[in-house]
Amino acid sequence: MKKTNNSLIRREGVQTLLASLLCILGGFLIGFLVLLIIEPKGAFEAISVILKNFFKFSSGRSQLKYLGQTLVRTAPLLMCSLSVLFAYKVGMFNIGAAGQYVAGACAALFFSLYFKAPWWVCILVAMAAGAFLGAISGALKTYCNVNVVISGIMLNWIMLYITNMVLSTDGVKNPMSPYTIQIRGNNPQGLLPQLGLQSLFSNEKSVTIAIPLAILMAIAVWVVLNKTKFGYELRATGHNFHAAKYSGMKERRNIILTMAISGALAGMGAALLYLTGIEEWETTISSVPAMGFNGIAVAFLGGLSPIGSILSAFFIQHITLGGSYVDTTYYCAQISSLISSLIIFLCAFVGFFRYAIQSHLRKKDEAKLTKADAVKGGTDV
Amino acid sequence: MILLLQYTLLFASVLMLVALGGCFSERSGVINIGLEGIMTVGALGGALVMKFLPVEAGGAPLMILATIVASAAAGMLFSLLLAVAAINFKADQTITGTAMNMLATAAATVLVKAMNTAASGGSDVSSDIIYTRARDTFIVRLGNFEFNWFMLVALIALIISYIVLYKMRFGLRLRACGEHPQAADSVGISVYKMRYAGVLISGLLGGIGGIVYITAGVSSWKFENGVAGFGFLALAVMIFGQWKPIKIALAALLFGFFRALGNVYTGFDLLKNLNLPSQIYNMLPYIISLIVLALTSKNSLAPKAEGIPYDKGSR
Repeated sequence: MKKTNNSLIRREGVQTLLASLLCILGGFLIGFLVLLIIEPKGAFEAISVILKNFFKFSSGRSQLKYLGQTLVRTAPLLMCSLSVLFAYKVGMFNIGAAGQYVAGACAALFFSLYFKAPWWVCILVAMAAGAFLGAISGALKTYCNVNVVISGIMLNWIMLYITNMVLSTDGVKNPMSPYTIQIRGNNPQGLLPQLGLQSLFSNEKSVTIAIPLAILMAIAVWVVLNKTKFGYELRATGHNFHAAKYSGMKERRNIILTMAISGALAGMGAALLYLTGIEEWETTISSVPAMGFNGIAVAFLGGLSPIGSILSAFFIQHITLGGSYVDTTYYCAQISSLISSLIIFLCAFVGFFRYAIQSHLRKKDEAKLTKADAVKGGTDV
Repeated sequence: MILLLQYTLLFASVLMLVALGGCFSERSGVINIGLEGIMTVGALGGALVMKFLPVEAGGAPLMILATIVASAAAGMLFSLLLAVAAINFKADQTITGTAMNMLATAAATVLVKAMNTAASGGSDVSSDIIYTRARDTFIVRLGNFEFNWFMLVALIALIISYIVLYKMRFGLRLRACGEHPQAADSVGISVYKMRYAGVLISGLLGGIGGIVYITAGVSSWKFENGVAGFGFLALAVMIFGQWKPIKIALAALLFGFFRALGNVYTGFDLLKNLNLPSQIYNMLPYIISLIVLALTSKNSLAPKAEGIPYDKGSR
């Protein structure tokens, strides 16, 4: 028995990885079918373009440059997924990460452009703004019994309109366009420092310490959740609210605090994107940015582990950017969002998939046991 | 003033239809966060009929009927995703619903863009569907007031929902599955079938709600935006309405009023003189719903078994 217990497929991590790979495969298969239905001619090429992303460039220099840009956009996505998974470990589905991300963008850009604050101040206020929004959701949950999903969605929309309003202030918005003014020209100390990292990526301007910072945060989240008393309490609250309460944990404080931390992570994600100067905020957008929602996909695809999230964040960002290179005579860039939403949909089946593997293994064990019994049979009675 | 009344009734109709849909699903025990996506797909189904069915073919009655049938069918088809995942595979209903919302917008955008691109030979890559002429057939002008046939549809849906849920055997069984599925099963009710019925009805009503929403004030729709959070407002209406049809109708009127205010506030001197940015009015329905939920959720009458996959083996 000892030998079979250690076999690869029995490890939880391996099962999760297998399930995630299956989700990706399924997502691409269905996506491919949709492309075939729309226009069979370019379907195969479109999928390969999505999978290739920056590899489509022939020269090594541009490959590195666009790899850099992919990584720059991976950092905020990773932060959003950390936000989602942190809350999920405590039993809450933080769909409000999208709004907390918007709050972070609002605070970071306003402090950077209006007050000309240095970058680290902007990151801190972005975290505070996200935390504030998350704490509202948490407080509504504990004191008023409002479902976190519902309050999160309402706050997403409220925050979107507030942000559009705040960032339309004179001196923040470009009077000629719907976008905010550039940080690069107006507040150079508001840009995240590069520390020479850009030299690794063909001097891509937007490569900054955001990338290592996001990875450090992932490790920090893992440590807090798995190696500290606080993390243990949070997970206990998530497993069984009442048991946590009766063993003396402050379950209300824990829920509000969790949502605040979760919000801070998402808010910081926005700061890590906008403070690189890679893009500006569009003050006329009428839908909540997809970053927060994609964070949900990343968190579940990564098996709800901070380390898994690093890989899945890169993958989702990779195919999202790959989508923008698709030949537009037949298809559009949203094919990537179609595929990632299919992947999340399939992720909902992960529990079922793992259950299937486990019950298969159990049956195998039982069959082996009865066989062993039958052999021993006569002597052993 | 008449304009405000008109939009209030129209938006209330949308919210009522979708929230009633949600009510059926949740009463059977399945949380339906995917209403937003169901609305988008339903709207797409209806909009395609409105675009391609010539108005001359059968006049207003045929157009109205065909649009409703197409929206309802599209909504039901899409809601099957939730039904299969949540009922047969015991998947997490919140994740499934969230994925459906994203899937609906992405799929609708991809399809409409592909259609526009093919039709225009590559010059039009927008995700818009235009249906000006078909939309006119839904409207009957009574003086300044534009009566929309969908208002009547919503009213009928409300009456039928009430009768089905409270006066028919089917409704009693459906509600039993949402409160205590094991007990329902023990007296011979098929929980799976009831939950399928609940989810499919939510697809039907949500789909119709979708087409009513996109034709409410405009004659073309950009599918990239989905339905801009309206499905979630409907969920708030459902919760505020305590999962009861009559209360849902009243809640829908209240929320519809605030939503309508955003469309027509420039017509009131008092509000215009306040000089508030339009974003304030856009935010209003969401802020109101958050406050209302905070005040009313404490004594929630949510179906007890909602969100829990039914497992025959558990007690």
